[in-house]
Amino acid sequence: MDMSQYLDIFLEEAREHLQKLNEGLLELEGAPNNRAVLDEIFRSAHTLKGMSATMGFNQVAELTHEMENVLHRLRNGEIGVSSGILDLLFKCVDLLDNMVGDIAGGGTGNLPVEDLLTELRSRNVVECSESPRNIEPESGDVSIGETPVSQTMSHNIVTSVEFNEYEKNLIKQAIDQGFQCYHLVVNIDQRCVMKSARAFMVFKNMEEIGEIIKSIPSVQNIEEEKYETSFDLIIISREPQEVIRKGLVSITEVGEPEINLITGVFCTLPALEETKVEEPKPVPAPSPAAVSVEKPVPDEKTEDHKDGQSHPHLKPKASQTLRVDTTRLDSLMNLVGELVINKGRFEQIGRTNQSPDLAETLEQMDRITTDLQNVVMKVRMVPIDNVFSRFPRMVRDLAKDLGKEIDLIIEGKETELDRTVIDEIGDPLVHLLRNSIDHGIEDPSVRAAAGKKEHGQVVLSARHEGNNVVIEVKDDGKGLNPEAIKNRAVEKGLVLPEEAAELDESSLVRLILQPGFSTVEKVTDISGRGVGLDVVKNKIEALSGSISIESNQGAGTSFKIQLPLTLAIIQALLILLGKEIYAIPLSFIAETTSVMPEQINKIQDQEVMLLRGDVLPLMRLHEVFKVPLKEVPKEEEINIVVVRKGEKKVGLIVDTLIGQQEIVIKPLEKLLGNIPVIAGATILGNGQVSLIIDVAGLF
Amino acid sequence: MENDVQLVACKIESEEYAIDIRSVQEIIRLLDITRVPYASPFMSGVINLRGMVIPVMNLRKRFKLPDRAPDEATRIVIINWAGVLVGLLVDSVSEVIRLPRQAIEHSPNCSFNINTDFLTGIGKLGRRLLIMLDLDSIFEVTLNV
Repeated sequence: MDMSQYLDIFLEEAREHLQKLNEGLLELEGAPNNRAVLDEIFRSAHTLKGMSATMGFNQVAELTHEMENVLHRLRNGEIGVSSGILDLLFKCVDLLDNMVGDIAGGGTGNLPVEDLLTELRSRNVVECSESPRNIEPESGDVSIGETPVSQTMSHNIVTSVEFNEYEKNLIKQAIDQGFQCYHLVVNIDQRCVMKSARAFMVFKNMEEIGEIIKSIPSVQNIEEEKYETSFDLIIISREPQEVIRKGLVSITEVGEPEINLITGVFCTLPALEETKVEEPKPVPAPSPAAVSVEKPVPDEKTEDHKDGQSHPHLKPKASQTLRVDTTRLDSLMNLVGELVINKGRFEQIGRTNQSPDLAETLEQMDRITTDLQNVVMKVRMVPIDNVFSRFPRMVRDLAKDLGKEIDLIIEGKETELDRTVIDEIGDPLVHLLRNSIDHGIEDPSVRAAAGKKEHGQVVLSARHEGNNVVIEVKDDGKGLNPEAIKNRAVEKGLVLPEEAAELDESSLVRLILQPGFSTVEKVTDISGRGVGLDVVKNKIEALSGSISIESNQGAGTSFKIQLPLTLAIIQALLILLGKEIYAIPLSFIAETTSVMPEQINKIQDQEVMLLRGDVLPLMRLHEVFKVPLKEVPKEEEINIVVVRKGEKKVGLIVDTLIGQQEIVIKPLEKLLGNIPVIAGATILGNGQVSLIIDVAGLF
Repeated sequence: MENDVQLVACKIESEEYAIDIRSVQEIIRLLDITRVPYASPFMSGVINLRGMVIPVMNLRKRFKLPDRAPDEATRIVIINWAGVLVGLLVDSVSEVIRLPRQAIEHSPNCSFNINTDFLTGIGKLGRRLLIMLDLDSIFEVTLNV
């Protein structure tokens, strides 16, 4: 059996189990006597063993097998949970992780495992007899919920009739409505010379009784006599079996048919058994469809039943989900994007035509597309737990390395974010966490001396705020020292001494986000490897987000990241510069206003205006984008779009405000990528391409 | 036949250039081009090709020839360059030509008054000379920030 088609599922499930192992071991570390957790770990290891053996990744299987033995002894209480054993198991999980990574990269997953195997075995030497040496997954030596994948792979499935989704639905609906669904094997006499005519009569008779939803071979092939002596029909009817039988045998040269009732199949549960009502009569000739009780292969991509049926109380989260290829989601999103663009085009036509009917239909369409868009967006949403879940382990290891005691508290891990954002946010968070643990939290002795709890606390939280997601990394460490930052920044030449003297505390603190800044002299391998927090800042800004810092000297630091829910479709304000239309993402806009030319003042070559008593620096977008300047009559009002980044605000001088619109972001490919002030492009209602302004890049 | 190459011949100024037809996705009439600030001067901007935003390069400017206003004959040749779509703005597209491989001279030893950086060879078709475009070097673009 070719296993390659299962590789993706294997990898995905293997990673899931590795994650469970990691989580379980961490939990076990905190509560060594928790039997339920131990069972969970054991189950994951066992499943992993089975999966990998089936797929032929023997090293993985062997390692998990030895882990399982140790876990087995832990479960039996033959050995106690000690930090030594946990470290060993953690090491195994790490190695497994590498192996799985190797497999994903096209390798065999055969990494050197000998050291760990020996170590594991040494924990087992006392008693080897009872260890089940069988690596076969089907061994069934433990009554644990195997994953559906291993089932799929291990059972030899005879599939004589395959149904597509549409047919499955049809059958399901028919059954729900009280119809019967039959699988007929129609046998035609071997001596029959006009097979197509007989087949035609079969079809005719059956269509009188019910509805034929499928035939094997296809109707066309049957008509062309491309079958031996029998063919299969799936029909839906209200009539009992006997009527159908009569309808068939009444035709000359048609033999005794084989009729099977198809009952409620094709549901979502793994056991998709077809019940047979009648024993098959001896079939005269070898037919291509020797009906056997069949088990339709669960569609590998559409079904994801979590294990743990045997322990439902342990697994409250066994949700019914679909596993869908992400590229399909991406193309769905693209199509919705196209739809939104075309909707915009319609709206434009509607405005010029001013037909009330059209306007009404458009309104309807607008609602539908908005709903559709929301649904598609939701489908792409992934809980941030996908990223957060790997941090407990990382924090544990880091704290151990540094000799610090740290509690990581995770809040709001169910908060959902667009998959594209999830993929990108991991690294910046790792950086911030490392930073907090390495630089923020003090050594236990220092903490004790300062009158704090010896256990440092790092809180990682996520929550929705309007159309944004806020992720916060907060520690109760020593906080940032503005004075030290100032000196450092001056020394590094990031600011001039006289400039630095004028900066307030929050601006000083933000200096640590500047490239080339690092306050700790000692370069550790934990954070501060030459790359500083500026990398984090850039990454967040690349995701159209922003980062802010709050710090209380002595009491801790908090990094707050604000991110848009999605990156694909956003609300934007369209503006006109000369003849060019540009889009400004609404999330960056504080307000729009207008001033008379004489209200614009100059401070040291910088144009400014007063906005409710505050000085607002101005920027002429014409100059930024090198647009030929429109001649502005002196007395005309000037339109200003006030944009913000963090606490900073800038007023952008534009020609005309066109209006707010939903836009679909299209990245600029290679040849035009990396242009500083442009975040991407979008297609307007009239088909014209308009550029999206990268507001963060303007500051 | 296998020894032949099929080429799309297009004109810039008085020179005839040829692009391997396998790299050409389609040839379209001039569309509205949106200027992109800070792009290289020979990048005209971006167009909307059936919902895709595609950059367009002005070959005249790429070859440092004087620019001229587009006319009826102006075309954009959409190139599929290793999976990335790019448009090339040319004065006109004349025809598709089949040329035997041996009719292409790969290292012309005579000097032409064109920039030899962008050519892989010279194709000879009767008395016509076709400049074989080297797409890789044409698209080797550094940003002009």
